[in-house]
Formats: sequence, structure tokens, C-alpha cells
Amino acid sequence: MTALSQPTYESVGSPFAQLLSDGWIATRRNLIKIKRVPEILVFTILQPIMFVLLFSQVYAGAMNVPDYVNFLMAGIFAQTVIFGSTFSGAAMAQDLKDGIIDRFRTLPMSPAAVLIGRTNGDLVINSISMMIMMGTGWLVGWRVTTSVWGFLGGVAVLLLFSYSFSWVMAVLGMSVRSPEVINNASFMILFPLTFISNAFVPIHTMPEVLKNIAEWNPVSALVESARMLFGNTNPEFPEPTAWTLQNPIITVIIGIVVMLAIFVPLSVTKFKSISSR
Amino acid sequence: MTIIQAEGLKKTYTSKSGPVHALAGLNLSVPQGTVKALLGPNGAGKTTAVKVLTTLIKPDEGRAHIDGIDVVNNPKAARRIIGASGQYAAVDENLTGFENLEMVGRLYHLGAKTARKRAQELIDQFELTEAGNRPVKGFSGGMRRRIDLAGALVINPKILFLDEPTTGLDPRSRLALWEIITQLVNDGTTLLLTTQYLEEADHLADNIAVIDGGRVIAEGTSDELKAQIGGHRVVVTLVNEADAGSAREILARHGDGAPTVNDRTLEVSVIEGPRALQYVLSDLGQADIQLHDAGMRRPTLDDVFLTLTGHRAEDEPSTNDSEMEKAK
Ligand SMILES: Nc1ncnc2c1ncn2[C@@H]1O[C@H](COP(=O)(O)OP(=O)(O)OP(=O)(O)O)[C@@H](O)[C@H]1O
Ligand SMILES: [Mg+2]
Repeated sequence: MTALSQPTYESVGSPFAQLLSDGWIATRRNLIKIKRVPEILVFTILQPIMFVLLFSQVYAGAMNVPDYVNFLMAGIFAQTVIFGSTFSGAAMAQDLKDGIIDRFRTLPMSPAAVLIGRTNGDLVINSISMMIMMGTGWLVGWRVTTSVWGFLGGVAVLLLFSYSFSWVMAVLGMSVRSPEVINNASFMILFPLTFISNAFVPIHTMPEVLKNIAEWNPVSALVESARMLFGNTNPEFPEPTAWTLQNPIITVIIGIVVMLAIFVPLSVTKFKSISSR
Repeated sequence: MTIIQAEGLKKTYTSKSGPVHALAGLNLSVPQGTVKALLGPNGAGKTTAVKVLTTLIKPDEGRAHIDGIDVVNNPKAARRIIGASGQYAAVDENLTGFENLEMVGRLYHLGAKTARKRAQELIDQFELTEAGNRPVKGFSGGMRRRIDLAGALVINPKILFLDEPTTGLDPRSRLALWEIITQLVNDGTTLLLTTQYLEEADHLADNIAVIDGGRVIAEGTSDELKAQIGGHRVVVTLVNEADAGSAREILARHGDGAPTVNDRTLEVSVIEGPRALQYVLSDLGQADIQLHDAGMRRPTLDDVFLTLTGHRAEDEPSTNDSEMEKAK
């Protein structure tokens, strides 16, 4: 048997430097996972292409919406990145089930690192999806009509919102503890939520009850912000009545800040006490 | 010097069928450089005890120190000196064996270079070359288990906690792990392990704590524990089961305690082995009872376990109970 070398500790500096280093190690783990799990690649690359093509080519004719492709893209962006954020929920539940959380929790690492790595993983997935979708969208005629700043702003709003939402999902994943339940529940809740919004059809075409839900739906505010920043709004549509939809960018920023302020500390606290069975 | 010290640990879980006292006032004390085995039936509280000591859960009551560090109030300091492997292998399925171990090293804050070097050493030591460069997913349970165990050894920890380390390992890997453990302990590591295998406790442990119902119910070296439950046992196997009744009387006459009867095999604990065996054999001969086999044996840790946790004692009344149920 080989003699064991006596490992030496590297000085890790301030707690912040340690957080960055641990966060990066945990992120790298999720990047490797993206590379190795084929379903994630399909979800990240193929599904967005399919959605853009299906909606823009198949539905466009039937939709009585002028310039449907430009109307549609912000909706597809929003739906895709919101679903992309649910990975964190399922992955935290899976990690608990696999017991690897117990391994992490017996290591002298920053308690936020695993969560940072997880939400970063979603951010990377969503960024790749966004690029793929923007490329595909451009091919079918989607154009940004504002400026570079508008474009960057739109991308930032979508990614930041979904990033914050990843932290919400992480807390849910640690509470529910079952990846299957998380996946099913996300589908059951997020699918209607993204459809009863202005993502795929203009709100003024909906029946009264749905119209109210859609106007106050935070997804609508997100989609509307992106549309405004990309310059894809249609001036002929009637003014929305909900404050959130009249001020979509502020609404989304408030949403991001509130989600982060509540769910980042909550998930770190939760992480410090969980253990698999 | 005592390096692991737990006093009055209590942990109660609520389940659908009422509260479960996973730990009900557990005390433990392990001297530095020794191996302590926690032995106990399913649900005894072994895993819960290990989880408290490895900072995974907080006890409801009681205190625990490792190397003078309070694990409840100062978990981070405790984590710097421990290595732990839980009851179920905790590895990242999508990483290779090497990547898993390297990640653990980096999160212990070994430098990047040291972490890689260490990962490679462990891959070699645990004969994981095959799993080293392929994702863990798809490897056998035993292979995962070994990667997980290697993960507990990344820093050559001062204190090592292993929860049922050899469950699911083939005999060869088990022996290899025993060898690694023995060397670590020779190099000064203190080990607390839980096990269902008496042979393992007997082989590895300097001291054994038998746990049941969240408490230590007996403690000592394996010889001390065996002595506690009596000396030798006389075992006879009859040719005809019909003789069991009279044979039982004879064994009871010369034994210390009630004989146990298992088909044609009867057993009784005795104070003085050879002499009791002689008496038993001569009485059986006089009663004209034919024997298939007869002999004397020392108690095994199995006897200790079963006697102390009351499971063998419970066996008979509970069968009687169920028979009475049926009779009604
Ligand atoms: N998270 C939990 N929630 C509810 N009950 C629990 C929890 N963890 C353990 N228990 C209960 O506490 C008791 C002790 O469990 P523990 O896992 O410590 O036993 P053990 O000695 O390790 O058993 P085994 O040999 O099966 O591993 C059991 O009755 C178990 O069902
Ligand atoms: Mg256990």
C-alpha cells in the first residue's frame, strides 16, 4: 500500500475569497453536468429552436396578430428561461436524495457555495438557450428595433429575473425533496402561468376573466419589459389597465430584488440544516 | 486523551405513528488514536449519532465535542478536521471518480495541485483506476461506495466517521478497506464506525458500544462484552426431535440460565465449560438420548448483540404470543 502524503492547507484568505472559490468549484460541477447529461442539452439547445420555429411558422398564420414573429420572441424567451430556472429546484431535490448534500455539509466550505453553483448552472443554461433562440429568431425575421442598450437591457432583464427565480426554486427543491414532484409541480403551475399571459397572444384578445389574470401575471410584466427593451411592442394594442403592466420594467426590477432579498438568505439558512434521510 | 466526547445526546423525530426517540441520552467517549464501533440493530440511532457528530444535524439536547471543538456551536472548525462517509454513498453521478475526489479536496481548501495529487493517490489506493476517468453513473454500488470512502480520506483526517462502511462491498474490497483503516489508525487517526457486522467490530474496534433505542446499553472490548454475557456454551444436536423435551431438562439442570431450543439443536450457557459438558453428556447417555453432535463454544459477538439488544430473549415470548393470538 502506498504511504499517504500529508495534505497541506492552502490559505483561502477572506471569507469572501473563500465564497468565490467554493462557489466556482460548485459551479464547475454543474457545468460538467450540463456537458454530460444529454437531456439538459436537448432542453437547452433543441427545444428553444423547436419552439421558435413551431410558433413562428405554424401558428403565425392562424394568429390574427400583425408582425407575429416580433411579438412572439419575447414570450418564448421568457417561457424558456423561466422553465430553465426549475433545474435548480429539481437538482437540489436530487442532490438531497443522492446524499451528496451530506458530503458537502461535512466539508468546511461556504454554505452558500452549493446554491451559488446551482443557480449559476441555470444561468449558464439560460444564457445558452437565449443565444440559440435569438439566432433562430433572427433567421425567421425577429429584429431588435431599439439600440444595443435596449438589446442588452432586454437580455439582462430576462436573465436576472430567471436567475432570481432559480433561488426560489432551490428553496422549493430543498423543501419538497422529490425531483419528480418538483418537475411535475413546475409544469402544472408554470405552464398555465406562462400561457395565461401576454407571451403568445395579446391580452386584449382574451375573455374578461383571463384578461385580468394575464394583466397582473408577473410573467406578462417580464414579457412586456423585454418587448419594450427590444422595441417589439405594438402601439396599436390597447393600453393595459394593471399597474404592473403599465410599468413593466419597474415591476420586474422590484420582483428581482424581492426574490433575491427573500430567497437567497432563506435558501442558505435552509441549506445549513438539511440532511438526506 | 479523549478526542470524541458526547454527553446526553437527545434527538426526537416526529413521525406519523408518534415521536421517535432516535437518540435518548447517548453518551460516548473515544480516546485519541483508537477505533470505536457502534453496534446496534436497525433504527438503534447509529446514523443519527454519526450525523450529530459530523455536524449534519443538531441534537435537541446534550453536547458533543471533537478534539475540544463544540460541534454544535462551531461546526465549521469541526469540519476542518473530520472525514465522513455516510450510510449511503454520496457521490456526484455526473463526475468521474477523480473529479469527485478532486472536488472534495478543493472544498477542503487544499490547493488545486494538492487536491489533484491526493485524488490520484486515493484512486490508486482504492483500486479505482477504472472509475477514475469515467462518470460515476453506471458504476456498481460497491464502486460508488469506495469513491465515497476515499472522499472521507482526502485530508487524512484527524477524526474519521464511517457509517456502515463495508455494507455492499464484496469480501475482497472489505478486506482492502479494513487494511486501509488499520493503517490510518496506526498513523494516528481516530475512527468511529457503525456496523451491522459483528466480525467487523471484532476485527477493527478497540472498543465497542452496543446501542439500542438511542442509548448505549453495553460497552467494552469485544472480550469484555463476551464475558458479560457468560462464559462457555454447551451445544448438543439430537438425532430425534422427540427427545428435545427431556434433553432440555438435562441442559437446564447443568446450565446457567434457560436453554434455547432450535429444532434438534439445544444450547445453554454454562459457568464452567468442560465440566458442564461432561455432566450433560453423561446424563444424556443415561437417559438413552442419541446425539448427532455435541460440543462447547465460546460466545460470539453475535450472542452479545442478540442477548443485549434483547432480540433473542424476545424471540420466544413473541412466538408464544402469536400462537396465543391464533388460539383465540
Ligand atoms: N429524518 C428523520 N425523520 C424521522 N425519523 C427519523 C429520521 N432519521 C431517523 N429517524 C428515525 O430515528 C430512528 C433511528 O434512526 P437511525 O437512522 O439513527 O438508525 P440506525 O441505527 O442508523 O439504523 P440502520 O441500521 O437501519 O441504519 C429510526 O427509528 C428512524 O426511523
Ligand atoms: Mg444507519
